[in-house]
Amino acid sequence: MQAAAEKKVLLKVDHLKQYFPVKTDSLFKPKAYVKAVDDISFHLYEGETLSIVGESGCGKSTTGRAILRLDEPTGGKVFFSGQNILDLNKKEMRKLRGDLQVIFQDPFASLNPRQTIKQILNEAMAIQNVVEKPNRMSRMLELLGYVGLPAEALDRYPHEFSGGQRQRIGIARALAVNPKLIICDEAVSALDVSIQAQILNLLKKLQHQFQLTFLFISHDLSVVRHISDRVMVMYLGKVVEIADKKALFDSPLHPYTQALLSSIPVPNPTLKRERIMLKGDVPSPINPPSGCRFHTRCPFATEKCKAEEPALREMGEKHFVSCHYAEKFR
Amino acid sequence: MMMMFIIRRLMQTIPVVVGVTFVVFFIMQLVPGDPAVLLAGEGASKETIQAIREQLGLNRPLFVQYFDYLMNVFRGDFGVSLKNSQPVLDEILVRLPITMELAFFSIIFTIILGMTAGIISAIKPYSLTDSTVMIIALLGISLPSFWFGLMMMYFFSVKLQILPVAGWDSILHIILPALTLGAGGAAIVARMTRSSMLEVIRQDYIRTARAKGLRERVIIYKHALRNALIPVITVVGLQFGALLGGTVLVESIFAINGLGRMIVDAIRMRDLPMVQGGVLVASLVFVIVNLFVDVLYRFFNKRIELN
Repeated sequence: MQAAAEKKVLLKVDHLKQYFPVKTDSLFKPKAYVKAVDDISFHLYEGETLSIVGESGCGKSTTGRAILRLDEPTGGKVFFSGQNILDLNKKEMRKLRGDLQVIFQDPFASLNPRQTIKQILNEAMAIQNVVEKPNRMSRMLELLGYVGLPAEALDRYPHEFSGGQRQRIGIARALAVNPKLIICDEAVSALDVSIQAQILNLLKKLQHQFQLTFLFISHDLSVVRHISDRVMVMYLGKVVEIADKKALFDSPLHPYTQALLSSIPVPNPTLKRERIMLKGDVPSPINPPSGCRFHTRCPFATEKCKAEEPALREMGEKHFVSCHYAEKFR
Repeated sequence: MMMMFIIRRLMQTIPVVVGVTFVVFFIMQLVPGDPAVLLAGEGASKETIQAIREQLGLNRPLFVQYFDYLMNVFRGDFGVSLKNSQPVLDEILVRLPITMELAFFSIIFTIILGMTAGIISAIKPYSLTDSTVMIIALLGISLPSFWFGLMMMYFFSVKLQILPVAGWDSILHIILPALTLGAGGAAIVARMTRSSMLEVIRQDYIRTARAKGLRERVIIYKHALRNALIPVITVVGLQFGALLGGTVLVESIFAINGLGRMIVDAIRMRDLPMVQGGVLVASLVFVIVNLFVDVLYRFFNKRIELN
């Protein structure tokens, strides 16, 4: 681990908001919005892996897409290498896209079924023009080597590969443009556990080899524990807790994080553990609860939680929590 | 591989075509009216009618007549018209090119207009443009061609006088019938293209393409449209069948001497060999087009195995 002072911030997300309008029943009702991501701020250091965890619908994938401007954010700023990328025009943005890449969850859906692997890799290089034309063939073979696929793969179509192999192709495609940051949106969730481990180890190896920075979006805490340096927990479009992996897994301070962690299965049937069961469902993000968004399900909620929205407070070294009573849970 | 597939598909068409002859032959028997009576004319004696029946072999058992006919068809003999004793095949060979020409222009119109409208709608879904295009498409599906054809004729030929009313002499004569015949198909293709495009645009590989920094135009045409085309091709193929059926109406409205009109006239005259020959050729065309669509489909969709 590098010393804190040496770390350089690669990506800084500042008060990011992503609202989606929803259809209302009546013409006269005011327009309603799903506040998928509601005013969140965080940053990513160069070369680290920050994981975003949370239940379905908490806004973790939306955050990833908003950073990439695949959906145009409603508000906020996204600084990449010091530059607010939301200010860039289309042309500048296209140029920058070489630095920001993405790997999606479903390896069956993320590759165009009508392109061979060669075309897929070649297109990526051609757009960003990272490799001169005569060198592209050797570069493609090199990329396949990095992700552990044979050279024969080039002339085949995505459907001829297994899930794990396709995800390797997705990774090779992302690497083709020499990115700095790769957003892995549930990159291993669709794979078998044994394949998950292979892909995670591959990602780690490549991160080391090419000094990549990962924003790793996942709902699977065991995966997150394996790959992350730091972890950010989201609930209903808000950041609930951010900390180093060890701090977060060893001493979670937010009741929601504690509940999440208590749900990880432990491979020891004799071990007795306290399972925190949450009541009810996640409330609708159209009309999120007032105050602390978690208060409707929090076993410790008080009147203050209903009225006042907690700020993200630093409780330990680089350990931020948004709970009024974080001190109590230490 | 592809050759084997085509041969196998061709073999499969034989029972289909034989089935068509069977159905048409027996349906024609159910239609009231005796060809011999019609041929003999009003007030003919029973003996005359009986003589005509014997001459045409209509007094033999139905199944004998049918198998006789079937054997002749395999030899390429479609029989002679009951009306004017001309070989049916000669008449069909004159009429078929006209109908094919009409169908060809209609399908071109269906594809171009339908796909363009579908793409325009899909690029900005739920926008005003999208709604307008889709409402027009709904009208296109709903309006019956006999009414639509007459309205077009009234507007373009009678009021504006820019296109000929009827007939089949020049390229100008083709426009109105082709529009009339293709309108319903174009509307269906437009809706299909739109929904198929919207489906594809949601896919992660489109997001990936955007994330790579590809231009929106290239994303739409190269990545989205090519994948969205697969179901559209099937629909276009099926539309061709509807189109052949539609020629019957459109050729009658615009007084075009094509195969469709020939069949209608023959039905009216109970000219059995003519009806059978016409329907048989029309269904052959349909079967061949479907085969062609299947081949095209496999060409476009690399995932479909050739078996």
